[in-house]
Amino acid sequence: MRTSSKARAGQYAALLAYLVFLAFPLLWLISTAFKPPRELASLHPTWIPKDPTLANFRQAFDEQPLLHAALNSLVAALGAAVVAVLIATPMAYVMARHRTLLARAATGWVVVSQAFPFVLVIIPLFLVLKNLRLINSVPGLIMVYVVWALPFALWMLVGYVRAVPVELEEAAAVDGAGRLRTLVSVTAPLLAPGIVATALFAFISAWNEFFFALVLLKTPEKQTLPVVLTHFIGAEGVADLGPLAAAAFLATLPSLVVFALIQKRITGGMLAGAVKS
Amino acid sequence: MALVSATKEPARRAPRAAGRTGRDGRAADHGAWFLVLPALIPILVLSVGPLLYGIGLAFTDSQSGRTEPTQWTGVLNFQDLLHDTLFWDSFRIGLLWAVGVTVPQFLLALGLALLLNENLRFRWLARALAIVPWAMPEVVVGIMWRLVYNPDAGILNETLRDLGLGDGRDWLSGLGTALPAVIVVGVWAGMPQTTVALLAGLQNTPRELHEAAAMDGAGAWRRFRTVTWPALRPVALAITSLNLIWNFNSFALVYVLTNGGPGGRTRLPMLFAYEEAFRYGQFGYAAAMGCVMVAVISIVLAVFLVGRLRGDEES
Repeated sequence: MRTSSKARAGQYAALLAYLVFLAFPLLWLISTAFKPPRELASLHPTWIPKDPTLANFRQAFDEQPLLHAALNSLVAALGAAVVAVLIATPMAYVMARHRTLLARAATGWVVVSQAFPFVLVIIPLFLVLKNLRLINSVPGLIMVYVVWALPFALWMLVGYVRAVPVELEEAAAVDGAGRLRTLVSVTAPLLAPGIVATALFAFISAWNEFFFALVLLKTPEKQTLPVVLTHFIGAEGVADLGPLAAAAFLATLPSLVVFALIQKRITGGMLAGAVKS
Repeated sequence: MALVSATKEPARRAPRAAGRTGRDGRAADHGAWFLVLPALIPILVLSVGPLLYGIGLAFTDSQSGRTEPTQWTGVLNFQDLLHDTLFWDSFRIGLLWAVGVTVPQFLLALGLALLLNENLRFRWLARALAIVPWAMPEVVVGIMWRLVYNPDAGILNETLRDLGLGDGRDWLSGLGTALPAVIVVGVWAGMPQTTVALLAGLQNTPRELHEAAAMDGAGAWRRFRTVTWPALRPVALAITSLNLIWNFNSFALVYVLTNGGPGGRTRLPMLFAYEEAFRYGQFGYAAAMGCVMVAVISIVLAVFLVGRLRGDEES
């Protein structure tokens, strides 16, 4: 289609406006993280630190147990991602290939679970986990994260399973391969990239999660990174801006890296299942 | 997040799994159960169970750290809620916030998706940036915007001063500015999912239709109304209803930005229920709030379903 040069100019202007809107808070966060206290206190803040420093990062680690929190986050996110994918993949297979009542009920649950206000689920979970002595424990949090990650893990995986041609499975069956053998040696390898993308997405979601962690983890040595970050903001909302920015910036890096790696697969995987029906 | 495209049940009939109706048909069905159980048990124990338990709690006087046993109190919690003006304030704020975020977010995301669908230079950069908010922890998004809004060291006020637009103010603490200020953050944070969903919808509309319409001399607006929008409508409806629900239920962003302040002006229902449950220990009462929220969300879902059915009839 031909677009007039005037319209093109308008489009570029709009694109520029979007770029500014999307990028400027992030640039400001990074800039703040590298500013020395003198520049942070200045009444006329500058975009780029004149005298960049790593002091904020050191101070952030001194003030809060960031490394320990990152480790907790890593364990919780890895545990949640691995378990969620292990149990979701077989179920997604059934949901994609069978039209049983169960498969339909599962699809219904996936949709409805998006609408729960978490407070309605977290109070009973809190009581149950308390009785099981799993409050303030990372394994308890992993259990919650697994179920919380299941709806979108199922959703993505169902899309990936549908993309595997049934004919391949049928051919294997004709060749005399048993059901399990077909699944393991024909379907699973084709699903592998989708499974990895789903696991990484579950990992990021758990790494970023805040509400469940806030409710379930009580002591600083058990808390995950997002909860520990909020400790930088004092009771009156007063914060030491430099270390706060430094810690926040560090907490985002893993997600940004993982997201950059799988960005295409996530969006593709989510949409393949449903839009292209 | 994953339900961005829950627009239509796949029309394609589920193909028969190998051997399902063949000689080992029975074995295959047992196999299906075997495959489903590892996920089904945690779902029942940690999701469906707690949900029902939570609804049950709404009819009790359950409290944390109390020694006497919990009693059934029937609809007492709901009667109390009816007269709890603070709750209805938060409810109203929750609706304002949900609509206030969802509508501009949709319009902005639609614009961005249309731009990204064009053959523009630097499109890749916008695409990459448009995803960034999605990857960031909500807590970090909140912290980041606190830095932007900071009355002294923030870039917003400095920019306004540079542009000669007044001396700036403390956006997050002002009674009138706090809610609009957090809404802007909500719009920013939720742009990616909406943009990606709409972009996928756009890429699904056949190019030939556009070209045919252009040949017939239809202008950009007409092409949008007659070709783009009808194809986009199911995705738009799905993402908008989900955004309304997600935003109504949101917590972390506003917890970090204002923690419900100033004077409760940004106290979303989830923040209110959280305080009630985990600061004051009123589990039963907070569960009742959750039930009322579910009721409202069900209405949104119902509207979405009706819209979807009507859309199906039209097409």
